[in-house]
Amino acid sequence: MSTRSGLLDRHIAFLEALRAAGLPVSISEDLDAVAVLQALDWADRASLKEGYAATLVKRHQWRPTFDALFDLYFPRMIGEGAGGRLDPAAEGVEGEAGEPGDGGDDQEAPVGARDNGAALAEFRERLEQALLDGDQEALDALAVEMVGRFGAMPGRGPGLSSWSAYTAIQRVAPGELVEQIVQGLMADGRTEEEADRLAGRRIGGFTRQVEADARRRIGEEKGPDHVAQAALRPTIDRLDFLSMRRSDLEEMRREIQPLARRLATRLTQQHHAHRRGPLDFRRTVRASVSTGGVPLTTHHKPKRPHRSELVVLCDVSGSVANFAQFTLLLVFALRDQFTKVRAFTFIDHVHEVTHHFKPGADVVDVMTELAASTAHAALWGRTNYGRALTTFAERHSDAIGPRTALLVLGDARSNYSDLAVDTLAELADQCRHAWWLNPEHQRHWDTGDSAASRYGEAMPMVECRNLTQLTEFVHQVL
Amino acid sequence: MGQDGSVTWFSSPSDAAERLTATGYLADTATATTTFLAGALEKPLLLEGPAGVGKTELAKAVARSTGAELVRLQCYEGLDEARALYEWNYKKQLLRIQASQGQTWDETHDDIFTDEFLLTRPLLTAIRREQPTVLLIDEVDKTDVEVEGLLLEVLSDFQVTIPEMGTIAAVRRPYVVLTSNATRELSEAVKRRCLYLHLEYPDADRERDIVLSQVPDLEEGVATQLVTLVGRLRELELKKAPSIAESIDWARTLLALEIKDLDDAAVTATLGVVLKHVTDTERAVKELRLARA
Repeated sequence: MSTRSGLLDRHIAFLEALRAAGLPVSISEDLDAVAVLQALDWADRASLKEGYAATLVKRHQWRPTFDALFDLYFPRMIGEGAGGRLDPAAEGVEGEAGEPGDGGDDQEAPVGARDNGAALAEFRERLEQALLDGDQEALDALAVEMVGRFGAMPGRGPGLSSWSAYTAIQRVAPGELVEQIVQGLMADGRTEEEADRLAGRRIGGFTRQVEADARRRIGEEKGPDHVAQAALRPTIDRLDFLSMRRSDLEEMRREIQPLARRLATRLTQQHHAHRRGPLDFRRTVRASVSTGGVPLTTHHKPKRPHRSELVVLCDVSGSVANFAQFTLLLVFALRDQFTKVRAFTFIDHVHEVTHHFKPGADVVDVMTELAASTAHAALWGRTNYGRALTTFAERHSDAIGPRTALLVLGDARSNYSDLAVDTLAELADQCRHAWWLNPEHQRHWDTGDSAASRYGEAMPMVECRNLTQLTEFVHQVL
Repeated sequence: MGQDGSVTWFSSPSDAAERLTATGYLADTATATTTFLAGALEKPLLLEGPAGVGKTELAKAVARSTGAELVRLQCYEGLDEARALYEWNYKKQLLRIQASQGQTWDETHDDIFTDEFLLTRPLLTAIRREQPTVLLIDEVDKTDVEVEGLLLEVLSDFQVTIPEMGTIAAVRRPYVVLTSNATRELSEAVKRRCLYLHLEYPDADRERDIVLSQVPDLEEGVATQLVTLVGRLRELELKKAPSIAESIDWARTLLALEIKDLDDAAVTATLGVVLKHVTDTERAVKELRLARA
């Protein structure tokens, strides 16, 4: 029975970790998961994982988090595992697979043999081949080997040694292989853009695998709870706009279109739900003829939906460029909800970009054009809110009217220059609604050159750091 | 009559996989496991994923492989209780009242709320059936939020309460499948009661098997080319990525046009079968360096 209780402990610890990572796992789902464990064969790890996922993960975006934690609490292998054993010629017979606890001690002696120039070159060669072939099985094994060889951080005493994905990645630098892989893929008949994207994705995936393996090893030594708290990245919808990597950006861009669709559906549904207008007497009476004059169904006049104009004023300086792009994209995906949308970008000079968003335009093209037009937004080169706002008020005041909703996007960091708060307040007064979306965490507002609270007096400022917050905002406002 | 109520739908994940395959639905581990679990735990199964990856098809395959009947509720905006659950046949009731002039009110009153005047809709039909039933609630994200409340009683207790008649509990629990394209986030309450499976585009090998099982006359070489190309198309940022259904359509097209080799010209000529937006086609032509038609 003791093994049984150990299992239950692990199960509960696993659920706790999921909850800590932001997945709402209820008691009833917990019980379902236990029922699943009883219904499935314990030896089949793959189907066990799917069974767990079916009861605990009810949203696709949570799946990566679940996968990472599952691997941590129910590891596929221990230590070097079965596949990642180093070639015995260089190694001797150290570190037989499947001996938990040994992992930490036998690191020190063979480190030199594991990690030297020749080993590195040879490893990179194999990695390049595997990445080129997209051979997932080989990549799995290589990720394990890579952390084992190049990511070991020998400690001064037993239990102090650790593993670092960062060290391993720095050492092997899979990013430097991009060029060769792109060449190889193009030789296979792929176009350059495609090869570029594919190479980026494979390397990104491999990097994540390496990180996962480092987590697994640390988890083995320090307990999964420790790692679950420290080393998990947030899911894509909770990832800060300001701290995104290149692979995240792409993933994010894929999220935008479905997100906009979801929002639009929800909005139309709400409008429809509230649409039940006053009783349409004529239609009701006419319909009652078939039921002998008894008005069984009532008919109502439709309500006219009210729609407003939207003006977006968007800081596109380097620090907030990602945030600006996503918000602009989302706004334009939702443009059907407004009678009219106009967009302006600025750094220190205002530039209208509305014409880039043609109906049905291609997302990628729009993003490229937008990036190119950023140059127009800067005359002097440094963010200057004051100058940008003044210019906007002078040249484009026709955009603002009593039916307008004004959206300003930016971090309110104006390099200590003039702020023109009054101009902004005047603009806000002329609109029906005005909001400022700030991609910085609220605790950073008013630090350094941030003028958050001063602008916040002119119009309400909202923290908008990730997709979730952006979604919430759009939903509340529209 | 299956009065015992404990039907086993599938005996194990591999059994589910085999029987689904036999009916022409090729399931991966995740799908087989979850399909098995939905039967074993008698829990509704919520399928989410992009359009055309075989969500509805899975429900049909379960019905086919178990010999159960499929009862389908197609959801749409404005779907209400009367269309989903049951409705009183008002007109018939009025006729009944008018025909029974001599009767006292009490007699009539009891008369008009009986089975005779009840119009059962899919949900109630599925619950009252005594033979094995697969209940498919299709595109549940299209409904209004209120309908979800209606589903809750059905999904958690497999019963329906009709005020005039009392509670009708399932004689035999149906195998419930809900599908959703995720255009709207479903409520936590519904999700909590369901097993969840996100169906994605299959990997190249499995997709080739699927295409070949649906279009057996297609040459294997062409199928491989086709599947590879569809995979490449899905990697582009398209408005509507090609689905499995569209791969199969494409395969049929190639077969009908007797195209034996999927070269650039053939692709450009038939691209309209898989891509449904002008900008998508333009993008594909540009990125895959196809010659313009």
